[in-house]
Amino acid sequence: MLEIFIFATLNGIVTGLLLFMLASGLTLIFSMMGILNFAHASLYMLGAYFAYSVSIRLGFWSGLIIAPIIVGVLGALVERYGLRQVHKSGPVAELVFTFGLAFLIEEAIQFFWGRDTKNYQQPEILDFALFTLFGQEFSAYRGFMIFISVAIFIGLYYTLTKSRIGIIIQAAITHPHTVANLGHNVPLIFMCVFGAGSALAGLAGVIAGPVLTTFPGMSAVLGSIVFVIIVIGGLGSLAGAFIASLMIGLLQSYAIASNVGMPDLLNLLGISFERSHPLNDLWTITLPQIAPILPFLLLVLVLVFRPSGLLGKRE
Amino acid sequence: MGAFVPLRSLWLDLGLWSGLMSIQSHGGPANMKTINKNLVIPVFTSILLALGSTSSHSQEPIRIAFMDPLSGSFASVGTSGLKIMQFSADYLFNSKGGILGGRMIEIVPLDNRQSPTETQLQFRRAVSEGIQIIFQGNSSAVANTLSTTIRRHNRRNPSQEVLQINYSAVDPILTEDECSFWHFRFDAHAVMKLETLTDFIAMNDDIKSMYIIGQDYSFGHVISETSIDMLEAKRPDIEIVGNEFHPIGQVKDFTPYVTKIVASGADAVITGNYGADMVSLARSIIDSGLRIPIYTFYAAYDGITATLGADAKDLVHLIHNEISNPVPTEQRKEFIRAFKAKNPDNDVTQPRITNALSMVVAAMEKSQSTDPYDIALALEDMRFTTLSGEEVWMRGSDHQIFQSLHISVHTDDEVEFDADNSGFGLHSKYHVPLEETIRDSSCRMRRPAR
Repeated sequence: MLEIFIFATLNGIVTGLLLFMLASGLTLIFSMMGILNFAHASLYMLGAYFAYSVSIRLGFWSGLIIAPIIVGVLGALVERYGLRQVHKSGPVAELVFTFGLAFLIEEAIQFFWGRDTKNYQQPEILDFALFTLFGQEFSAYRGFMIFISVAIFIGLYYTLTKSRIGIIIQAAITHPHTVANLGHNVPLIFMCVFGAGSALAGLAGVIAGPVLTTFPGMSAVLGSIVFVIIVIGGLGSLAGAFIASLMIGLLQSYAIASNVGMPDLLNLLGISFERSHPLNDLWTITLPQIAPILPFLLLVLVLVFRPSGLLGKRE
Repeated sequence: MGAFVPLRSLWLDLGLWSGLMSIQSHGGPANMKTINKNLVIPVFTSILLALGSTSSHSQEPIRIAFMDPLSGSFASVGTSGLKIMQFSADYLFNSKGGILGGRMIEIVPLDNRQSPTETQLQFRRAVSEGIQIIFQGNSSAVANTLSTTIRRHNRRNPSQEVLQINYSAVDPILTEDECSFWHFRFDAHAVMKLETLTDFIAMNDDIKSMYIIGQDYSFGHVISETSIDMLEAKRPDIEIVGNEFHPIGQVKDFTPYVTKIVASGADAVITGNYGADMVSLARSIIDSGLRIPIYTFYAAYDGITATLGADAKDLVHLIHNEISNPVPTEQRKEFIRAFKAKNPDNDVTQPRITNALSMVVAAMEKSQSTDPYDIALALEDMRFTTLSGEEVWMRGSDHQIFQSLHISVHTDDEVEFDADNSGFGLHSKYHVPLEETIRDSSCRMRRPAR
């Protein structure tokens, strides 16, 4: 049991941190510009595909650097020449714009790279077991994923709270006009934040591609869950997104690892049903079976009991 | 064909009007008389063409729908099937002058996104376009919906019936309790495949415990229940140490599941997963350092073989029909080479699509008709020799095909035709002849009265 618990925790942390890399960019963009970027998960997928193409020519490490930059620049261009124009028409137009962009990116990826799963592999230098516990290996690459995500979190947190640019960004969130009057170029700041958020999504794609497989459905699998995270964490809260990501990663991982379900509960209560009972499917459901749905259940609970999210400040 | 008439007359009207308008604008009203004279001939020819649709009809293409996911999570499986379908039609029939005295086959792709709801919409579309044959393979849930929809449609619209050609959905129920006169299956169903697979597993004395993991829908449940029953009967000493379901196409990372497999101490894994669910599962198993055989249905091609690569050599096993490596006949080798020449990035992943199309065409030729009822009658109890030189049998009582089954292993040894251009491919090492795959069916088919 202990071995399952340890590995479930490790897996949960890896997934959680990966989710955080996506959620951090999304929540940053939201807190700054008030835009829910539906195309965020598509940028993540784009990162994985760019990294795949770069890695087969220049190797994994070049991909790790080049792909997020390309995605970041693309994001900045989207903000500059797309969102900024649409902004005049109000928030609904912006929402619809990012929604359309998500489809556009997904179709473009299928057009250029095809619909097959891409053979995007982790670098050979990380192709070994970091440690073996109870006969199960924990791959070095997963350790690397943890390292990168934690480094990003620390870097981001430091930049936003301690550096001068971070202070300007924070000021621009709450008092954009005052910041502009002080002589700062607010639209430029917005563009940079959007670009940086996109680059983070791209980076998440780069490091997730080899383990979660690079295929056209990879954005759909993660897309909805990222929104769940920023709502649970509180819209616009970086620390909230961090806690919510880890929470959801661990929640899913533990749920899968557990072996309990309705039959156990019914046994405990001393109730039993025939196999032919019309609700047989409900009585035989197990926790691992519904693990991927749990975050959405949590979302509903949070919205009911604490609509501002864990650390959010606004309703 | 009735649905065509208003459409055609509408086109005729439009054509006439635009013709009239353009001539008028060029010539001006002064030339009206001559215009009318000039118009008489084209008008009459078009009317004749419209009325005489029965005579021109014989040269119209035969339209066959290919309804499978062409976008979304399972798009790669659908599109690779579509390529085989299109190539088979062109290579085997259209390039040789067509069928039924010169009619071409036109494949109409319809994207159902592997969703039962979307399938209903696409079915309506197919019907409104006058298509009467629908190929569909991915997901038994979709196949079941389609079968029910078609049954109802055919009952209500006699003379406009639709035929369902199922080339891949393997839930046994489709040819058993839910069998339909309008449904034909060209793949061995899950229980037939599992019979062979468990025979093969039973021969391996090293296996003492088994872990079963699958997608949480009808197909995954059939795999799990059947393999537990069969292993119980064939090798009571094998312990089932895990029986897991996960939502289809929703799992980001299979590592948490693999953690449980490792902890259970299983000697082997059985899974019916396909697409991204298959490749992620296999990768996670390999990445965790587990070196145990994985018994699968669909763990090859469409990027899966390349992604598995050298790590999965001799571990991943597949049960399928149509032997792969060594390819038995020169005929099939030529087919594969021609396909590769046209689609260098794809493989002939599902030869059963070619078989299904060939048999449908054979049934059309035999009955000299494109009417689904006639085709269905001709297909029943048809014996047909495939490109592999093997005689297959379509059982009349439940519309289930029977042919030899094979178990192949993922390897790069003796692989003449690899997958994903990776050097790796499938090598068939265990064969079961047609006779031994035959199973009784509980099907009690309601045949339409004609």
